[in-house]
Amino acid sequence: MSTQTTFVTPATRLQAYSSTADLAISPPSGRDASTRARSAVASKDLRSEPGPIRFIIIALAISFLTIFVVLPLLVVFASAFSKGITAYFAALAEPEALSAIRLTLLVAAISVGLNLVFGVIAAWAIAKFEFPGKTFLITLIDLPFSVSPVISGLVFVLLFGAQGYWGTWLQAHNVQILFAVPGIALATIFVTFPFVARSLIPLMQEQGTQEEEAAISLGASGLQTFFRVTLPNIKWGLLYGVLLCNARAMGEFGAVSVVSGHIRGETNTMPLLVEILYNEYQFVASFAIASLLAMLALITLVVKTVLEQRLDEGQTPRDELRDEP
Amino acid sequence: MSTAVARRSSLPGFGLTMGLTLTWLSVIILIPLAGLFLKTLDLSLVQFWEILTSRRTLNALKISFGLSFAAACVNLVMGTIIVWALVRYRFPGRRLFDAIVDIPFALPTAVAGVALTQLFAQKGWLGAPLAELGIKVAFTPIGIFIAMVFIGIPFVVRTVQPVLIDLDPEIEEAAASLGANRWHTVFRVIMPSLIPALLTGFALAFARAVGEYGSVIFIAGNLPNVSEIAPLLIVIRLSEFRYADATAIAVVMLLAAFVIIFAVNRLQRWAQTRAPAH
Repeated sequence: MSTQTTFVTPATRLQAYSSTADLAISPPSGRDASTRARSAVASKDLRSEPGPIRFIIIALAISFLTIFVVLPLLVVFASAFSKGITAYFAALAEPEALSAIRLTLLVAAISVGLNLVFGVIAAWAIAKFEFPGKTFLITLIDLPFSVSPVISGLVFVLLFGAQGYWGTWLQAHNVQILFAVPGIALATIFVTFPFVARSLIPLMQEQGTQEEEAAISLGASGLQTFFRVTLPNIKWGLLYGVLLCNARAMGEFGAVSVVSGHIRGETNTMPLLVEILYNEYQFVASFAIASLLAMLALITLVVKTVLEQRLDEGQTPRDELRDEP
Repeated sequence: MSTAVARRSSLPGFGLTMGLTLTWLSVIILIPLAGLFLKTLDLSLVQFWEILTSRRTLNALKISFGLSFAAACVNLVMGTIIVWALVRYRFPGRRLFDAIVDIPFALPTAVAGVALTQLFAQKGWLGAPLAELGIKVAFTPIGIFIAMVFIGIPFVVRTVQPVLIDLDPEIEEAAASLGANRWHTVFRVIMPSLIPALLTGFALAFARAVGEYGSVIFIAGNLPNVSEIAPLLIVIRLSEFRYADATAIAVVMLLAAFVIIFAVNRLQRWAQTRAPAH
C-alpha cells in the first residue's frame, strides 16, 4: 500500500489544504464578484442537509470517536494513576522499567539515525533524477507498510535464528543478533524504513532541481549544494518524517516481540514490558509504562500538526508562483 | 509542475545515492523477504498444502480475514460519516476531533491493546454495562473485531477527507438547481466521485487489520480455532520451532497483502484518470 494514503504525507495534505485556500482567497476570475457572492449564499442552502440529519451525523461521529478513541486513551491514564501518584512513579523507577526505557531510546536512536541518512539519500536519487523503474522502486520502499509486523520479525528469525540460514555460522563465531540489540534494531529499521524517504520524495519532486542546478553552476560542490540549498528547503518535511519514524520505532511491538526473546531487564523494550506486566496482572506498572508511550503519541500528534502548518506556509508562495501564467 | 521537474539534470551524485539506496534496500528489505520465500521451497507442495489446510491454520486465516473484512466495512460507513461531519459541518471541538482521528496511527499497538482490553473487560467502563446486557466483548471474537475497528479508523477518514474537501461545489449546486433533492445530490452526485477514495480507504483498513498483532492479542482471548488470529499463530509456530509452518502462513498473508497493494495502486490510477483537471 502506498504511503500517500497510509499516512497523509505533507505534500498530499498540502495539496488538499492549498486548493481549499485557493477557493477561499483567490480573486473571482472571469466572474462578476456579486454573482459569486450570491452563489455563495445560495450554496449554503443547496449544499447542506436538513437540521436533524446534520445533528444525527455529528452525534454519530462524536460518539464513535469518543467510544473507540477517547475512552481507550483515558483508560490508560486512569489505570496508571489508579493507585495514586506515588505508585505511578514507583512503577516507573523499577530497574526493569528503567532498562526498558533505556533500550527503547537506544533502538530508536539507531533506527531513526540510519533511516534518516538513507532516507535522505534515497529521496535525492528518486526525486532529483529521472530513471526507468522509479515507481517500482518506490513500491519496494513502501513494502514494510504492508507487511504484518509479525512477518517483519519472522524474516529476521529465518535469517539469524538457530535454525535459520546463517544461524550455525553465527553461533560458531559467537555473534549474537537475535534476542539482542542488533536483532531488535534490525526489525525496527525494517518497519520504519519508508517514513523518512516517503515524506521527502513528494516534497523534493515538487521543489524541482532549478535551485540546486543554479548552485552547481555557480561552482558549489554536491555536498555544499545539499547542505546549503536542499536541506533548508526540506527541513520541515525531514522533521516530519523523523517524527513519525521515531514514534513508530519507540512503539513497535509485533516485530520486536518476535526477535527480542523477552529476556527480562535485557531485551525488553517499553511496549514489550507493557505486555509482560499486563499478563502478570501488574496493571498499575503496565499502564504506567503505557502512559509514557501514550504521551509520546500525543506529543507526536501535536508536533505533527505544527509541522503540517509549517509545511503549508512554506508551500503557499510556491503555489502562487505556480499559478502565474 | 511535473513537466518542469522532468527536464533534468546536471546534478551530481546519482550513481552514489542510487547505489547506496539499492544496497540498503537489499540488506534491510529485499534479502530478508527473499529469505522468507526461499524457506517455503524447503517444503513440498503437499506439505505446504497440508499446513495451510490444517484445521487450526484455516480457522486462524478465516478469523483474521473475516473479522478484518467486517471491521473494514464498519470503518467504511463510520469513516464516511466522520469525514462528512468534519468537512461539511462546524461544531464545537471539530478541530480536536479531527486531530483525534490520527490517534490509532500514533498510539503504539501494545498500548491500544491493553487499553481496549481494560475498557471492555468484565469490570471495565464499557465492559460492565455490556456484561449486564449479556454481551461479552473481551476475550471473544467480538473483542478482535473491536480492536480491528479501532486500528482502521484513520484509513478511510484520511483518504476520503482531501477528496471531499477538493470536491467542486459547483457540481452540487448544479445538481440542486436542476431540481435534484439533497438525497439524490449526495448519493448520485457526491458519493460516486468519492468511490475510489472510499475503496482505497477500505482496502487499507482491511490490510492493516489482517496483519495487526499488538492491539488484537490482548483482547482476543487467543483460543485456538475460536479467537486465534493468523499473526498469533505464526508467533506460536515460531516459539514451537515449527519454522516451516510459520513460514507457510506468513507467505499466504504476504501474498494477500501484495494483492491488496496492487488493488490500491489500480484504484489510485483509476481515481487520477477520473479526477477533473484542475
